[in-house]
Amino acid sequence: MRSQHLFHKFGIRVDLPEQKVIALAGNPNTGKSTVFNALTGLHQHTGNWHGKTVGYAQGNFTFQEESFLLIDLPGTYSLLPNSAEEQVARDFICFAKPDLTVVVVDATALERHLNLVFQVMEITSQVLLCVNLMDEAKKKGIDVDLNALEKKLGIPVVGTSARKGEGLIALQQGIYDITSGKKIPSPAAIRYSEPLEKKIAELEFYLKPLLQGSINPRWVALRLLDGDEKILQEINDWFSESFSFSFQGGEGVAAKCLHL
Amino acid sequence: MPSFIEKQEMERILAKASALREEQEVQIRDQIVERIYDQSHNIAQDVVRREQNKKQRVFDDKLDHILTSRLWGFPIMLLLLGVVFWVTIAGANVPSSLLGDFFFWGETYLTQFFMWLGAPAWVHGVLVLGLYRSVGWVVSVMLPPMAIFFPLFALLEDFGYLPRIAFNLDRFFKKAGAHGKQSLTMAMGFGCNAAGVVACRIIESPRERMIAILTNNFVPCNGRWPTLILMASILLGGAMGLAYGTLMASFIVVGMVLVGIAMTLFVSWSLSKTLLRGVPSHFTLELPPYRKPQIGKTIVRSIFDKTLFVLRRAVIIAAPAGIITWILANIRIGDQSVLAHVANWLQPFAHAIGLDGYILTAFILGLPANEIVVPILIMSYLSTGAMTELDDIAQLQSLFLDHGWTWLTALNLMLFSLLHYPCGTTLWTIARETKSKKWTVVAAVLPLLIAIGVCFIVAQIVRGLGLV
Repeated sequence: MRSQHLFHKFGIRVDLPEQKVIALAGNPNTGKSTVFNALTGLHQHTGNWHGKTVGYAQGNFTFQEESFLLIDLPGTYSLLPNSAEEQVARDFICFAKPDLTVVVVDATALERHLNLVFQVMEITSQVLLCVNLMDEAKKKGIDVDLNALEKKLGIPVVGTSARKGEGLIALQQGIYDITSGKKIPSPAAIRYSEPLEKKIAELEFYLKPLLQGSINPRWVALRLLDGDEKILQEINDWFSESFSFSFQGGEGVAAKCLHL
Repeated sequence: MPSFIEKQEMERILAKASALREEQEVQIRDQIVERIYDQSHNIAQDVVRREQNKKQRVFDDKLDHILTSRLWGFPIMLLLLGVVFWVTIAGANVPSSLLGDFFFWGETYLTQFFMWLGAPAWVHGVLVLGLYRSVGWVVSVMLPPMAIFFPLFALLEDFGYLPRIAFNLDRFFKKAGAHGKQSLTMAMGFGCNAAGVVACRIIESPRERMIAILTNNFVPCNGRWPTLILMASILLGGAMGLAYGTLMASFIVVGMVLVGIAMTLFVSWSLSKTLLRGVPSHFTLELPPYRKPQIGKTIVRSIFDKTLFVLRRAVIIAAPAGIITWILANIRIGDQSVLAHVANWLQPFAHAIGLDGYILTAFILGLPANEIVVPILIMSYLSTGAMTELDDIAQLQSLFLDHGWTWLTALNLMLFSLLHYPCGTTLWTIARETKSKKWTVVAAVLPLLIAIGVCFIVAQIVRGLGLV
C-alpha cells in the first residue's frame, strides 16, 4: 500500500515491501550528497521528481540485516513551500511519511542550519540529526558539543565527516535504532507566544478529528495561521487519492516499470 | 471520489484560521520565523565553541565586520566601484584610440578598393560608411572598457564581495516593501537586465517578484556601461582638464550607479504602496566565505564569456543598424534626410528634456540593444556633415560640441540611458516571465516616463539657474 503510494506520488520504487524508507534532508552545501553516496555506494539511481524539474536520488543500504531505502531530498534552506525544491522536500516529509528523516547540517554553520531542523521536527518526531563536516569544523577551530545538542533537541545526534568516511557506522546505527523502535525521539517543540499558542490550540482542536492521525495537527494549524490556505486542499489531494487508490494513470506506471 | 476532508469542513476551518490571523497585530509568519531563529541561536550559543586563533574564520569575520558595517559598508562599496571605474576609464583611453586609428586606416584602404572597383557611391556608403564604420566604432569604443571592466568586476565577484553588497542593501529593500533577494537580482542586472529578470525567479512571492522585474532595468547593464563610461570620460571628465578628468569621470559613473539604486528603491517603494501592495517576506541571505580569486582563470573566463559575448551581440546588431542609419541619413526628402526630418520633428520635445532630436532618434533606433545607441548617434552626426573623419577619441568630443552639446546634454544622455525602457531582449524576457502583456507594457512605459520626467526636471533646473 505505501510502496504503491510512494511510486504513484513520487515515482519512488520500493524494492522490498518491508524496506524502511529514510529521507535525507538538509541545506545545500552540507555534504548531504556525500553522506548519501557514502551510505549507498553504487546502489542508487537518479532521476527527477514526478512532474518537477528537481533532481532526486534514491539508494539502498543494509545494516544488521535490515534493508533501508534512502531518499536524497533536494537541498533547501526551509520547508516553507516557496520553491519547487522546498515543495518537494516538504511534501515528501509530510505526505510520504518516511520511517525516519535524517537532517544533515553543517557543523561550521550550526546556528543557521538548525532552522531547518526545527521545521522538520514540527512536522514529524521521527528525526535524526547528522552533524556533518566535523573535520572542517575542527580545522576552523569550531567545537560542537554533540551530547548537549542531543539533550537540547530531544533527538539522536550523530557527528560525521562523510568525505573521510568517519561516523558512518554510528549514523547507520542511529538510523537502525530509531526505525527499529529501540530509541524514540522526543523533539523539543518550539513554544510560541501565549496568544499564538492559544490560537494554535484552538485550530488543533478542530483539525484533529479531520486529519484522522494522518498529519500532525499542530503543524497544519501553524501553516494555516501562517496564511498557507492551500495546505488543506493539498492534504485532501494527497490523502483522497490514496484512500481510493485506483488504477488511474496505471498505464503510465506500468510503462515506467517496464522501462525501469 | 470520496474527499478526505469534506468541503464545508475545509471552508469552516479556513474561515476560522483567517479570523484568528486577523486579530493578531504582529505578522504571524514573522513571529514563527523569529522564534525558530531565536531557538537556533540559543542552542548554537550553548553547544558551539569557537577557538579564536583560527585564522581564516577570524579573518572572514573581521572583514565582514568592516565590509558589511553600517558605517563603512557603503563608503567601501562606493570606493571599490570607483576604483574599478577609474582603472577602466584610465586604462581604456589608449587602446581605444589605437583601435580607432586601426579602423580608420582600414577604412581608407577599403575606400580605395571600392574606387578601384568602380562601385557606385551608394554601395560604398552602405558598406563602408554604414556597416564598416559602425562596426568599427562599436569595437573601438566598447572593446577596451569592457576588456578592463568585466575582468575587474569578475574578480570582485570571485572574491565573494557581491553577496556583501546584497547584504548591505538588504535592509533598504525591506524598508521599500520589497524582498531582500531583490538586491541579488539587481546585482545580476549589472551584468545583463534580461538575466536579472530571469534571476527574479528566486523571489517566491509573485508581488515581490513583479517589483524586482519592473525595477531591474534601473541598474546599468553591460550594454549601458560603455555609454556611461564614454559619456563621463569624454565630456564631463574631459571638461575638467586631464589630471582630474579620469577621477571625476569615475565619480560620475559611481554617481549614476547610486542614482539607479536610489531609483530602484524609490520605485519599489512606490509600487509596494500602490499597484503591488503588501509586506516583505523573510529570507536568510548566505554570506559565503571569502576566497582568494583565481586571477588568471577569472580574467580569461570573463573576457571570453562576457566581453567577447557582449561585443559579438553588439556587432551583430550594430551592423544592420549602421546600414539603416546610413540609409536614413542619406535618403533625402526635400532638402533634408529622413533622419534629419525625424530628428527635427523630435527636437522641441528632446530639447525640453535636455537632449536633442538625434539623441532621441538614436534611443528609438537603439531599442533592440542599448549598446548601439552611441554608435548610431555618432553615425547620424557624421552623416550630417561637419566632420568626415574620426580617428581619435578626442575628436569625438569636438564632434559632440559641434552639435551644440553642453555638459547638460551628456548628463541627461546618461540619465536617460540609465532610466529609460529596457532593451528589446529584456522586454521580451519580461513578457515571457510575467506572461502578461499588461505588465510588459508597464515595464516599458514606467521607466520611460521616469526617464523623461527626471531629464525634464534636471534640464529645467540647470537652465533655470543659468548653469549652461
